[in-house]
Amino acid sequence: MCVVCGCSNPGASATAPGHGHAHSHGHGHDHVPAQAHAPADLDFGANAARVSVPGMSAERAIKLEADVLGANDRIARANRAHFEAHGVAAYNLVSSPGSGKTTLLVATIDALRRARPALPLAVIEGDQQTSRDADRIRATGAPAIQVNTGKGCHLDAPMVAAAFERLPLRGHGHDHGHAHDPGHDDALSLLFIENVGNLVCPAMWDLGERAKVAILSVTEGDDKPLKYPDMFAAARLMVLTKTDLLPHVDFDVARCIEAAQRVNPGIEVLLLSAKTGQGMDAWLDWLLADAARDARPRDETAALKARVAELEARLAQREAAA
Amino acid sequence: MHEMSLAGGILRMVEHAAAREHFARVARLSLEAGALAGVEVRALRFALEAMAPGTVLEGAAIEIDEPPGIAWCMRCCDSVAIGARSDPCPRCGGWQLTPTGGTDLKVRELIVHDA
Repeated sequence: MCVVCGCSNPGASATAPGHGHAHSHGHGHDHVPAQAHAPADLDFGANAARVSVPGMSAERAIKLEADVLGANDRIARANRAHFEAHGVAAYNLVSSPGSGKTTLLVATIDALRRARPALPLAVIEGDQQTSRDADRIRATGAPAIQVNTGKGCHLDAPMVAAAFERLPLRGHGHDHGHAHDPGHDDALSLLFIENVGNLVCPAMWDLGERAKVAILSVTEGDDKPLKYPDMFAAARLMVLTKTDLLPHVDFDVARCIEAAQRVNPGIEVLLLSAKTGQGMDAWLDWLLADAARDARPRDETAALKARVAELEARLAQREAAA
Repeated sequence: MHEMSLAGGILRMVEHAAAREHFARVARLSLEAGALAGVEVRALRFALEAMAPGTVLEGAAIEIDEPPGIAWCMRCCDSVAIGARSDPCPRCGGWQLTPTGGTDLKVRELIVHDA
């Protein structure tokens, strides 16, 4: 294979070292219309210009300059507008497998239930297989939707949009045929999205969350932020968990925080143990303060914008499916 | 690992373009994958080549430009080149960097044949 252009001309590989072949090898595909229509007919008007110009081939260039994640990001923006219109503060919890995301969520839900019994909560659980995590969340009494990604290594915005449709947070279970009446649903609510355990891929996919929260357990190693910089760069908050184990492991908290701040100078950091409850209050305070910050524009313009974004997302999904 | 989903997204974009612009096949697909875009270029190329047969991308040359990572260093008050998000400023050794370039993954251009 030609290592420069990636074409499959076997003759190119011999000259490839040093890129010395200057792309003079035949590319194995047609560059002139006459060849493309051989052998029977010749149609020099079959190109886009409908005319043959000597020296110009029927090849044409199409400028796209389009973001590969654009389709996801459009739906993520619609999710974000949708969440805002419903007063939902959504947090995307990301970490490696086994950091204790679900344990932290169960402890968080229990603590929030005690501190703020009227606050609606819901969870979207992402895993490749099984509904074990959603079952653990449902055992707390909070509604949870399990999203199985199959071979997928991350959640994407359409998955979250589909899961959110099934949750009772949207105006507390009202039918979704409404026109986003700005008067409905006044209470703030929290949505936790537990991403697939993976410190690489979920960093790239915007789900429409308010913030990504990177969870790192002290059994993992304090250099993780340097090894997986994209994730810690994308997160607004890093939560160090299982701090009750600190006496038993070689985990340097200061070094870990320094590493996280190297890749993301603005990252916030909390330490907690879901098992002993130490640090849980600060985590709840962070969540409630962040969720309440500039919450709910709750005016007609915002509601209309959300409706437009939602319709655009549905159109994008339909186009993607077509 | 996510390169497979990204390749699927690229193929979908190309197929949408094919439906819109009425072309039959792609001679060259030009992509941009910045050094800070979080994409493993070899894996992306492999995924695209694996998906291409039977699609408009079959036989297409795949060109992936990899612009370097650029960041704004707050200490130097200048743009500097970095290889990864975990790199320090090459000039002052500091970490107060905000990536400003080489963060995109884009489909730039297609060279297509109408038949």
